[in-house]
Formats: sequence, C-alpha cells, structure tokens
Amino acid sequence: MDQDSLNTIEDVQRAMFAQNYIADRSLATTVYLALKRRKPLLLEGEPGVGKTEIAKVLAAILNTRLIRLQCYEGIDVSTAVYEWNYTRQMLHIRLMETGGAGRQEELKEIFGPDFLIQRPLLQAIDPANTQAPVLLIDELDRSDEEFEAYLLELLSDFQITIPEIGTISAVQTPIVIITSNRTREIHDALRRRCLYYWIDFPTLEKEYQIVLARMPGVPERLARQVCAFVRELRSADLFKVPGIAETLDWISSLLALNQMELVEEPVRDTLGALLKYQDDVLKVGGSEFTRMLKKATGVS
Amino acid sequence: MSTQPQDNHHYRALEPLTPIEIERGERLLYRLTEFGRILWEVGIDVGPRKMLDLAETLNYVDVTNKEDFYHTLKCSLLAKHEQEAVFDQMYMYYWYIRDAQNKKKAETPGAAKRDDKHMRLPPSERKRLAEHLNTPQEQRKDLRPEMRESERRRRADEKFNDPDDDDTATPQGLAYSALEALRKKDFESFTWDEVQEAKRLMAEMRWHLGMRPTRRKRPSRRGTYPDMRRIVRRNLKYGAELLELTWRKTKHKPRPLVIICDISGSMSLYSRLLLHFIHTISNGLLNVEAFVFGTRLTRITRQLKKRDVDDAVRDVSKNVQDWSGGTRIGDALHFFNQKWARRVLGRGAVVLVISDGWDRGEASVLEVEMDRLQHSCHRLIWLNPLLGSPEYRPLTIGMKTALPYIDNFLPAHNLDSLIHLGNLLGTIDDSRPSRSTAARRKAVAAWSKGTT
Repeated sequence: MDQDSLNTIEDVQRAMFAQNYIADRSLATTVYLALKRRKPLLLEGEPGVGKTEIAKVLAAILNTRLIRLQCYEGIDVSTAVYEWNYTRQMLHIRLMETGGAGRQEELKEIFGPDFLIQRPLLQAIDPANTQAPVLLIDELDRSDEEFEAYLLELLSDFQITIPEIGTISAVQTPIVIITSNRTREIHDALRRRCLYYWIDFPTLEKEYQIVLARMPGVPERLARQVCAFVRELRSADLFKVPGIAETLDWISSLLALNQMELVEEPVRDTLGALLKYQDDVLKVGGSEFTRMLKKATGVS
Repeated sequence: MSTQPQDNHHYRALEPLTPIEIERGERLLYRLTEFGRILWEVGIDVGPRKMLDLAETLNYVDVTNKEDFYHTLKCSLLAKHEQEAVFDQMYMYYWYIRDAQNKKKAETPGAAKRDDKHMRLPPSERKRLAEHLNTPQEQRKDLRPEMRESERRRRADEKFNDPDDDDTATPQGLAYSALEALRKKDFESFTWDEVQEAKRLMAEMRWHLGMRPTRRKRPSRRGTYPDMRRIVRRNLKYGAELLELTWRKTKHKPRPLVIICDISGSMSLYSRLLLHFIHTISNGLLNVEAFVFGTRLTRITRQLKKRDVDDAVRDVSKNVQDWSGGTRIGDALHFFNQKWARRVLGRGAVVLVISDGWDRGEASVLEVEMDRLQHSCHRLIWLNPLLGSPEYRPLTIGMKTALPYIDNFLPAHNLDSLIHLGNLLGTIDDSRPSRSTAARRKAVAAWSKGTT
C-alpha cells in the first residue's frame, strides 16, 4: 500500500488493524496527520504501551524501509549520521601513491561518496531512496542535549551538510517517529516541531482486543482473565506498572505451561513476567494477590 | 486573512471558495486564535507559528466532525502530557460551555455584545490571572506574615525609635565584622533587616556542582581516543604514513541537582529563607529540579524560573497547598520515587533533602523510600536546620530512620552552613560514597554519640 491510498482517518485505522495494531481514533487521527503533513510524530507513554511498534506497523503498511536509530547517551554524528571509512581511505592513498596521481584529484576521491559510511540519519534522507522510509528515533530521552539540538536542524529541513561533499537533502521526506520514555524532558523547541501523542494504558476492552489480535491461538477465557488481572495490577500502587508488552509476555508464559485459565499457583510462579521489581512482587503477594485473582476470575 | 495558507506545495488544490465559505473560514480562524490565546494564558505554549501550522493542518481533516477536530487540535497544540487535563478543560469550556453561555446571553438582548468583545475565562482562572496582573504593591505585604510576632514588634519599635533607620543602615552592605556575625547567626533569630541582608548575600553566592564525565568526546591536544576523522585529514600531506596524531577526550558536564525541601509547620522559620536559597541555586546552575513537600509533594521548578526572587517565591506559595501543615516525609518521597525519580534522577544526579526530620508518617514507609532514593542517585545530602545547635542528636523517629541512608548529613541553619554546602557540592566527584551496611552502622553510631 502506498501513502496516497490512505486518504481518511478510517483508512489509517483499518490499515493498522490489518497489521494487528489496535489504534484509537485519536491515535489514528494523529498518525494520519503525521503522514499527510509530513511532520515528525513525538510519542510518549509508559514503557511497553506500543510506541516503537507504531513505526514498525507504519513501515509494514506503507511497504517501505524502517530505519531505526536507537539513542543512547553519547550518540554523536559519527554513529548517527555518517563516518568515513578510514581503512579504505588509507589503503586507497597507498594505491594512489604507487600510481602517482595528482594531489587535488586524490583529495576529491578520498572524500567522495564511495568512502562514506551511511548511518541511520543519512540513510533516511538519502536522495537515492525511491520511497519515503520510516525513520524511527527510539528513546530520544537517552541521548544528550547536543544530539537533540542537531536533530532539530535535521528535522526542520531534512538535509545534512557534510563539509567535504556538500549538502545532501532528502528527495522523499521520511516519515519520522520519535519515542521518549521521559527519563529526561525533551526540549520545547523539538516538541514544537512535532505532532504529539501520549499513549495511555489501554482500557480493559481494548487490551482484550489487542491480546486476541496479537495472539490468535489464545483461549478467550484466559485472555479475559489475564486482562482483568493486569488491570487490577495497574490500579495497585506499584513502582513499575506492567505494560501491554508484559501482558503479552505473561500470556505466552501461561500458554507455555498449558494453562487455560488463571489458577493461583502458576500465576504466582509466572508473576516475574509482569512485575520486575522485588518490592512490587512483595506488595502484590499475600491477601492483595488473592483478592485481585478472585476479582479477575470472577469477571468471566 | 484567510484560512488558506499561501506558499505551500503540500496544499491540496481546491475549488475557489464561495463568499460564505470564506466568511466561515475567517470566523473559524478567529475562534482558533482566540482559543490559542486562552491556552497561552493558562500556560500551554502556543505561539503564532503553531497556530498557523494548525490552520494548515485542518485542511486535511473534516472540521465538521467534532471528534476529529478535537484530536487534531490536541495533537497539534499540546506538547506535554502534564497539560492534557488543562487542555481538555479549556477545550470543553471554549468550544462547548462558553457557546452555551453566550447563546443564553444572546436571548437577553444587550448583554451579548459586551461579552463578545472581551474574552472570558472560568472564574477560577480569571482570579488567578487577576492576581497575576496586580502584583507589585503586594510584594512587601506578602513577606510579612513570615515574620514571627516578636520580630514584627521589634521592627515596629525600631521604626518608632529611629524613623531614619533606612538611610543610616549600610548602603553598601555590612562592615566585615558584622558580616561575619551575620554568617554565623541562626536564621531562626534573624531580624527583618537581617533577613533582607541574608537574601542579598545569598543572591551573590556563586555555585559550582561536581562534574561528571559524559559519553561524548571532544577534540583535545592530549587525550585517550584517537580522532580518526582529523588524523586522516592531517596526514594526507604525508601520503599514507600517519605522522601526526590527534586525540579526543571525554567531555565533562555538571551533575544535575534535585532539591526536595520540607515546608511543613516545624520548618516554617526556615522555609521561606530556604526557598530564596533554592532560587539562587536554580538560577546559578543549569540543571536544577526543585520540589517542596509537607503532606504532599509539589514540583516548583517552573515557578523558580522567574528571575525575580520575590516573584518566584510568591508564585510558589500560591501553587503549594500544604504550606506550614503536617509532615509526611515517607509519603512525599514515595510520590517522588514513583512519579519523578525516573525523570529527574538520570545522569548521576545529586539529591538535596532539606528537612528537620519531624515526620508524622510511618517509619517503615520512610525507610523503604529513603533506601530507594539513595540507590537511584549519585549522592544523597540531607540538610537539617536543627543540626546547627551543638546539643542536637538525631533522635526523632523520622531522622533516625532516614539517617542510615544519607551520604552527607549537614546543618543548614546559617549562612556559613550554606557556604559550606556550596564547597561540598563543588567537590563531588565520580567516586561513590560507601553504602555498605557496616559503613551505615558506623555513621549512625557516630551521630548518636554526637561526634560530627
């Protein structure tokens, strides 16, 4: 499917559904606008609610390349944008020496596109791209302010200047998805350039839909109970609340143990798939646990 | 003005608009700008550029669909999750409630016209705005309640005895010996003038925070990492021999500082002055987050961004509800650990807790939260104003519980202690303080015996 066939919000919603991604109307609207207006989309939300997944789904819908840039502290131009292939450059100089070519030509050749290693950002705006790629800038909050400032420039013009070669600008403006877990505040200047969407934890019904869509073989009864139990967990005062990713994880653990519904013993044993802190496990254990389980199994 | 953006190649080709459509478009644009202004007034960052952008974006959705219209406005104008509730409220108010109100008014002739002219806000917001607008005179009034009864009386006496006091009192600051005395004096026994002087001195303090190595590198003459990009460039002239080497080394940045200050009743003698202190720190350093708590935690970083101390402090007191109430340190830290720790404690932060340790919450909660807090920061410093008196022993349950998890336990009762704190902050290095059980036991034992 290409982008022109996504002409309404419903189209987007349907296409995402076809990729097993259940999107609210609000999310579909935002994605639709991001596509139409070619504005970067900034997604925030608790870990495990499907921020990164959106980029993957979009790439699949548009049948285009997904270019992923995982941010980390200290990410810089040579790892995110481009780097020269030094070994090749050195070897080439040796060869030229024996051949005896002119200095000027040498220079031109050595700092030419042949010796350039493209990193994700440069790949995304490569004029050779015949189709606009999806550029996923994952967990931007992990990078430092310097990188964010660089990104600002890139996202407004979609061009990169390499001193030795010149300015490279995108022919096909990439579709940019930025995600953040809010371990650091993203600067206002960057926010201003993006469409913003906060992905919340899904409602009970929506999570159930998601589970069915993502795990076609799951018994409905189990799916209902799991969703109800996870919802109970989310309302408890936990340090790390389980996301959808954990829900799916947990179901596959339960399925691996051949469970058809929630029974106390196996649930306790597999709680590690949902809760990642010892404090949380302790808090949920005991009477609270029995109450939640009763409530969850009582639902179906 | 028209709704059509001018120079835009994305713009979808449309039929020429009929006069009615143009009029409608203009009305919509007018209302959008008005809505933008309301958002701006309640603190959502909406500039003209965003509004223009929105006008263009609206071409792509069906504006008669209420739901889509709402989602479009939201994803274009909002940029922070925290402001979502305010946005929704304002949206409801502007696009639904206000219309209904206006319609009602329109039925009673005469009233409508006046309402159309100036924008209206809900009563609570209007009050806030009004307060915000007429400030300058209140400034002095606001500071007075903080003084104790005795001080106020003394001040009145002084005024009575010596009406020209203001002129004679040191235009350039106090003489050296007086200054020395002031630095050693407990905040608790400050007079009004001394408070003013202390504020001035605080404003002059300069702050440095220990540096942390970042993962970034910068070029340098000597370093540990070869700078390949420049090495190749430099050595081109020698052919393929690498004769000149250039290097890169680790870049250093100051650590972030997080201040969590107690403003409950028992701290009331200190808290306003400490707020001034926090204000000077946050204006002097780049990366400071500030919180205050009594029974609940409030983030005051944004309020402290105001340049003028008195403005900032007034703004804080307006936003904080549990001023001079009870203390629940454990609950406040719990909230901090849950909601804020991940967002502000990255990158080797230094945490400064300012409290006297009078806690009415449960000790077990406090213990768990202190443990977690200490584990998630680089250095945990606790400032206690009571520590200034030599007989003080950390005997209250709160202080006793928290003590094992504190890396540095320091007084904060006079200017000298704050200067001392400044020196300590400047020397924080990469080494982790010892946090083993044995080290903790030793520290606690030392404190209960009273050796500092």
